[in-house]
Amino acid sequence: MRSERRSRLYRWDLKWSPYAFVAPFFVFFLAFGLFPLLYTGWASLHQVELTAPNDMEWIGLRNFSRLMEDEFFWNALRNTVTIGVLSTVPQLLIALGIAHLLNYKLRGSMFFRVAILTPYATSVAAATLVFVMLFGRDIGMINWALGQVGVGPVDWENGEWTSQLAVSTIVVWRWTGYNALIYLAAMQAIPNDLYESAALDGATRWQQFVHVTVPSLRPTILFTVVVSTIGATQLFGEPLLFNRGAGATGGANHQFQTLGLYLYEQGWVNLHLGRASAIAWAMFLILLLIGAVNWLVGRRLRKSS
Amino acid sequence: MTTLTPADRVPTRAPEPSGKRKGRRGKVRAGKHLHGGKFTYAVLVFFTVISLFPLVWTAIAASRDNHRLAQNPPPFWFGGNLFKNLEIAWTDANMGAALLNTAIVAGSITVGTVLFSTLAGFAFAKLRFRFKNILLLLVIGTMMVPPQLSVVPLYMMVAKLQWTDQLQAVILPTLVSAFGVFFMRQYLIGALPTELIEAARVDGASSLRIVWHVVFPAARPAMAVLGMLTFVMAWNDFFWPIIALTQNGSPTVQVALTGLGRGYIPDQSVIMAGALLGTLPLLAVFVLFGKQIVGGIMQGAVKG
Repeated sequence: MRSERRSRLYRWDLKWSPYAFVAPFFVFFLAFGLFPLLYTGWASLHQVELTAPNDMEWIGLRNFSRLMEDEFFWNALRNTVTIGVLSTVPQLLIALGIAHLLNYKLRGSMFFRVAILTPYATSVAAATLVFVMLFGRDIGMINWALGQVGVGPVDWENGEWTSQLAVSTIVVWRWTGYNALIYLAAMQAIPNDLYESAALDGATRWQQFVHVTVPSLRPTILFTVVVSTIGATQLFGEPLLFNRGAGATGGANHQFQTLGLYLYEQGWVNLHLGRASAIAWAMFLILLLIGAVNWLVGRRLRKSS
Repeated sequence: MTTLTPADRVPTRAPEPSGKRKGRRGKVRAGKHLHGGKFTYAVLVFFTVISLFPLVWTAIAASRDNHRLAQNPPPFWFGGNLFKNLEIAWTDANMGAALLNTAIVAGSITVGTVLFSTLAGFAFAKLRFRFKNILLLLVIGTMMVPPQLSVVPLYMMVAKLQWTDQLQAVILPTLVSAFGVFFMRQYLIGALPTELIEAARVDGASSLRIVWHVVFPAARPAMAVLGMLTFVMAWNDFFWPIIALTQNGSPTVQVALTGLGRGYIPDQSVIMAGALLGTLPLLAVFVLFGKQIVGGIMQGAVKG
């Protein structure tokens, strides 16, 4: 009798415990992850104001058609792209170089690894507040250093390119070390035979880097490009805090307002939650586009190798 | 800045036998297990200085006063106002309360993420159940979706539940992570022998006992890494907290810093003191566990 009950209990345990183990994750995931994601689409078809967030009025696609005619939306999209390029390209190139150097046998290699990762531990807010001071026009360290070599004081915040360059610098500073470690991990997985046979063929260090290291790293490079691009699409904290006086406009002339910042301005400054949802869906489409391009490039890479 | 160059200590140990330091010319060697030359060290020291300088300068600015920070050239060395400014930031700018709030938020999120990710990761790695592959695909598919895409409905939910400005508004939506589940699954596939689970089952152990006595011990290294990465992310989370919390309610450190930046207190040295206070706890974590965090990121990179 007892053993039968035990074995029934055992079977019951075997069958249902997997669900019990994934349940806590999926309960939170459905409530706070998947449901809001889908509901954003629904909300984008309504007029919703922040002052009465549960009071929704159906307006069809009007939020989207309005967005198409909105010069600030296109401005934010342009800025997101230029800041994205200005931050992603140098960040990944420098990371690749640092990883290559860290891959040598070094004394204190762990010290270097931890040191270049410390910016990753610094929050967006803290980092941006410091860089705002370093980029200050009259009293900033960067203009002081430029002044030493005869370059006149640059008005970083108010110029279009200069402000975007400054915002990108913060991103590059925070994420280069992180990406370098990811490249380093991938480099350490490259079998040494490849280098040895390249060396036997008379390849110099540089040729080894170009013809052995970089091709072996292609999947990792693709991965970091995707992750950094997604990060660039949602850039928010840096442009918000780069001009503390201007609120969420991204500078006096919106010169460094990104999509993420424009979404915040529409929703939480101008109180239009429906329009903010429409911007969120526009961002979603851009991400899908990035995903599709990534998939195509990845497929071509796999075919060619 | 002299402490930054362990490369200086090179001669104190016996020279390595490779002899490649001078011999770039001689025989070309394979690129991987070579020793770094002077150039390598110089470049790495340069990037180390760039990585650390803004943090050091935060402390320098925090130790000055507003008057000195408005002069050109900017200060290059510490002044005497550090503790005064830290005190002002701590009390007037709410940084003390904000630090406590952030510790609660980041601590809860870390515990929740590590626990739930390990359970789900174990189920996905080692157990058989229906819909397993579809559920896993759902997890992976949403791994990279940025928070902006769901922020409006989240805000509506929080408003409806009247959670605005309460800590659960930032804890609960971030309590689980798809990345965490995937990370633990990848780790447990390799690190947890299936025979061990089967042997425990033969001995009559229930699934819960197996989790406690077999899975958790095997998963501990990965749990530690996931915990540290989650803590750093939760501590620095910015977008959702500044929507759900306010400066004068129960801010996290990041929200309080944003308030500082908006000119709540226009004293630049106090702003820098606040930034320093908000960053120091994580820097302490880095000094203590930097090696493990580096290892975790590199490990995650190879597996992911």
